[in-house]
Amino acid sequence: MHSAVTGPHAHLQAQVRWRRIEIAFWLCTLAPFVAAPAYLQLASQIAITALFALSLDLILGYAGIVSLGHAAFFGLGAYAAGLLSKHAWGEPLSGLLIASAVSAAVGYAMSFIIARFRHLALIMITLGLGLLLHEAANSASWLTGGADGLQGMKIRPLFETFRFDLYGRTAYTYSVVVLFLTFLAARRIIHSPFGLALRGIRENATRMPAIGAPSHAHLRKIYALSAAMAGVAGALLAQTTSTVSLEVLSFQRSADVLVILILGGAGRLYGGIVGAIIYMVARDQFSGISPQFWYFWIGLLLVVVVMFLPNGILGGLAKITARWQRKAP
Amino acid sequence: MLASLASVLFDGFAYGMLLFLLSVGLSVTLGMMNFVNLAHCSFAMVGGYVTVTLANAFGWPFFATLPAAFLSAAAASVVLERTLYRRLYRASDLDQCLFTIGIVFISVAAAAYLYGTLQQPINTPPTLQGALEFLGMRFGVYRLFLIVTALVITAILVAALEYTRFGAQVRAAVDNPRMARGLGVDVDRAFAITFALGGGLAGLGGALAIEIVGLDHAFAFTYLVYVLIVVAVGGLGSIGGSFVAAAVLGISDMAGKYYFPQLGAFFIYLVMIALLIWRPAGLFGKR
Repeated sequence: MHSAVTGPHAHLQAQVRWRRIEIAFWLCTLAPFVAAPAYLQLASQIAITALFALSLDLILGYAGIVSLGHAAFFGLGAYAAGLLSKHAWGEPLSGLLIASAVSAAVGYAMSFIIARFRHLALIMITLGLGLLLHEAANSASWLTGGADGLQGMKIRPLFETFRFDLYGRTAYTYSVVVLFLTFLAARRIIHSPFGLALRGIRENATRMPAIGAPSHAHLRKIYALSAAMAGVAGALLAQTTSTVSLEVLSFQRSADVLVILILGGAGRLYGGIVGAIIYMVARDQFSGISPQFWYFWIGLLLVVVVMFLPNGILGGLAKITARWQRKAP
Repeated sequence: MLASLASVLFDGFAYGMLLFLLSVGLSVTLGMMNFVNLAHCSFAMVGGYVTVTLANAFGWPFFATLPAAFLSAAAASVVLERTLYRRLYRASDLDQCLFTIGIVFISVAAAAYLYGTLQQPINTPPTLQGALEFLGMRFGVYRLFLIVTALVITAILVAALEYTRFGAQVRAAVDNPRMARGLGVDVDRAFAITFALGGGLAGLGGALAIEIVGLDHAFAFTYLVYVLIVVAVGGLGSIGGSFVAAAVLGISDMAGKYYFPQLGAFFIYLVMIALLIWRPAGLFGKR
């Protein structure tokens, strides 16, 4: 309502402003060092998953591209980083950049197909491309190690000083800093006019080209960006664990990240992060009992979220606070 | 070479007919309501497990378990459709996808809980075992039985769709649900019946599949991809399209496994993507 009065720039600026709860949230990411030093490896996994979910949020939550094969880019990044450290050099930061460039290049190439489709055809094509890559990595066992996974990665210490230790101190610091920097970039992107155009495409895909927005070009751009981010997440996983298994490309991973994002709330930036924290902690606690059992709960959760929480946990919270604020004055 | 080609064609066609049974219901219901039901293979799993239980624990003959598989899967699909699915007809693709994937997760976990994670054994009757010799080539009796069953079912389906009043209502609802509603067709009822029929056929397919591809708790996931390929390539709401797509998929999958075993399923996915890029609505789809 205010934006109509004060103009689009003020509207965008109001959204960009950092809220107190956001700053508090990022300060909380330091807490695991003090509160749970034994769980830093898990915390680093959470940060990586959050980054992956954030990358999916860019295309699904903001541009409305439903993907059942986003693990393709995660896996590409992981294999790129792994192969680089095995055959060339093990310096992690440059490895991260190269892995993300590989994912971005493949993502940009694929985006020419992706941007043309919607609905079922889009779901099927993303699913098919993901499965295709999984099969390719499985067949090319001379390069990827196939089902045994990629072995023999040699990762140098970060900045030649901080080794990736058993406790995960370096791994967590590294992952969380990369997550934060990527988050800043994503935040900048979605609050730009370009981000606004993406939301326009999500809401009405036929109208945007009609009012002169280059829809396909926008979709291609955000798809490549999202692929690059997923690649960074994959590379982080490869570097912090020093292995790459075929699982990084699996359909299961694509489905998991979708569940995480929907659980947290798509199109809200923090949805993927909140979802990743809840999902990973719950899995760590419960999956020891039986992995099949775990998927029963995930299934039930999906059913319940779709039925009762259409915008995820963050959407539900926003609704509650909005109602509360309306009542308060 | 020729003999192997013939056996690949025969086995592939039998496999394709299995995929056809599994997917035809999904194709028609997707065309009708645009409801993305990824849990379709869970109905097939219901049929498979009913057959296994009746045959192994209660000693029913194999042939008697098949109608039971059909009916139980149809009943399961009706219950699910009436209680849960109908609330989601207006929801987005993504919501439907997520919801039905949730159902798949639950059914897979339930199957693992009730039956364990091992392959389920089934004893087919002696009349279906062995092979027939013809022109020096051997054809498995079970696969012949499968092909004949599928062809009979296809003939019945096509005839029912073409020549009955209900079939005309279904065709009208697939072509244009709003218009059909406007003309007084009870689209919801037609949809519910079609959905039950499709679920039942999937259940029958699941029961018949045990002998060919086995049955374990992950069945609903493993065959989901194949079923989706058949539906997407064949085109929504088209029985003929599903038939052709299933036959082509079955034969090319078998040929790929026989002649290029190192490629795995790579070839199939490549063909699917190429076909979808060429014709996003499928080979026989209208929309």
